[in-house]
Amino acid sequence: MKRIRGLSLHVIPFSEVQKLSIGERVKKILNLVLGNKIVILHGRLRPEEEARLIEDTMALVDHIKSFKGIELAVIEPNIKGKNILIKMKHGLAKRLVGDNSCLSVIGPASVIKEIKRDPRKLELWLN
Amino acid sequence: MLEIIKKISKRIIGNFFRRKDNIKIGFYGPPNSGKTSLANRICKDWVGEEMGKVSNVPHETRNVQIKEQVKIKNKGKNLMFKIVDTPGIATKIDYEDFLKYGMKKSDAKKRAKEATQGIIESIKWLDDMDAVIVVLDSTQNPYSQVNITIIGNLIARKIPVLIAANKIDLKKADIKKIESAFPEYKVVGISARDGTNIEEFYGSLFKLSKEV
Repeated sequence: MKRIRGLSLHVIPFSEVQKLSIGERVKKILNLVLGNKIVILHGRLRPEEEARLIEDTMALVDHIKSFKGIELAVIEPNIKGKNILIKMKHGLAKRLVGDNSCLSVIGPASVIKEIKRDPRKLELWLN
Repeated sequence: MLEIIKKISKRIIGNFFRRKDNIKIGFYGPPNSGKTSLANRICKDWVGEEMGKVSNVPHETRNVQIKEQVKIKNKGKNLMFKIVDTPGIATKIDYEDFLKYGMKKSDAKKRAKEATQGIIESIKWLDDMDAVIVVLDSTQNPYSQVNITIIGNLIARKIPVLIAANKIDLKKADIKKIESAFPEYKVVGISARDGTNIEEFYGSLFKLSKEV
């Protein structure tokens, strides 16, 4: 097996970010990304948190010379076309424990060239 | 008591007509999807002048641009719009990408700096829109996280959305892919450059304004 030099993954369980505020979550992710780590977040950010992540990323690009930004993608369970019971179960779990059925991948643009996404898979193209 | 009821009804009726008569419509999307080209097409059709400069170099629009009092006519009805063209939203900016277009290093760096600020400005303006046209390049993969983030934020803010699948004049255009990526939304295929399907777009814009 070949080791990819310089590639470091950091997994964040949903429980670790569940009680953080928007600012704290985004800061935690960006601190790891600035350390050249690819963050695998168990769960997904809310739309307003994703927007905040982009805003804060742009502010950092503006201030840190070597930082070019991030690549971001989310894989969601495919419940389209599933029966109503499965959809209800998914919706109920989402309400009770948050949206932790997804995986979010966030990494520095200097490490990840592109994330190709279609509904069922993610492909990471590294620099 | 009668006076209070009169005041409340006047305010409700006033708000109803103000919103319906001067709809603030935002153009959002990733860089180079044709937001300014579409805004230009609309402004040229109804005001007689273009709104902003377009270019094949990404992040040509780096400031929010506004055109007030754009009166559009469709099937005998008139509506007044305030058109807000926003810089394209991206998650990364690298000045070296601009060098490929023959730009000088200092100009590329300046453009990158302005582009980051433009993205922040675009996101801040989201809260201020009555309705939004999400302009996507129909030759590109629609499943990008930026597109999903933009639409997710519009849903969270309960802002009515219309998706304009632009560049349908190009061979690689695939509207069906955009429709299947965002099945809950009306998608209109258009070419802002040559005006293909622009009448259907205006019809959809009027329908969208009813949701405001």
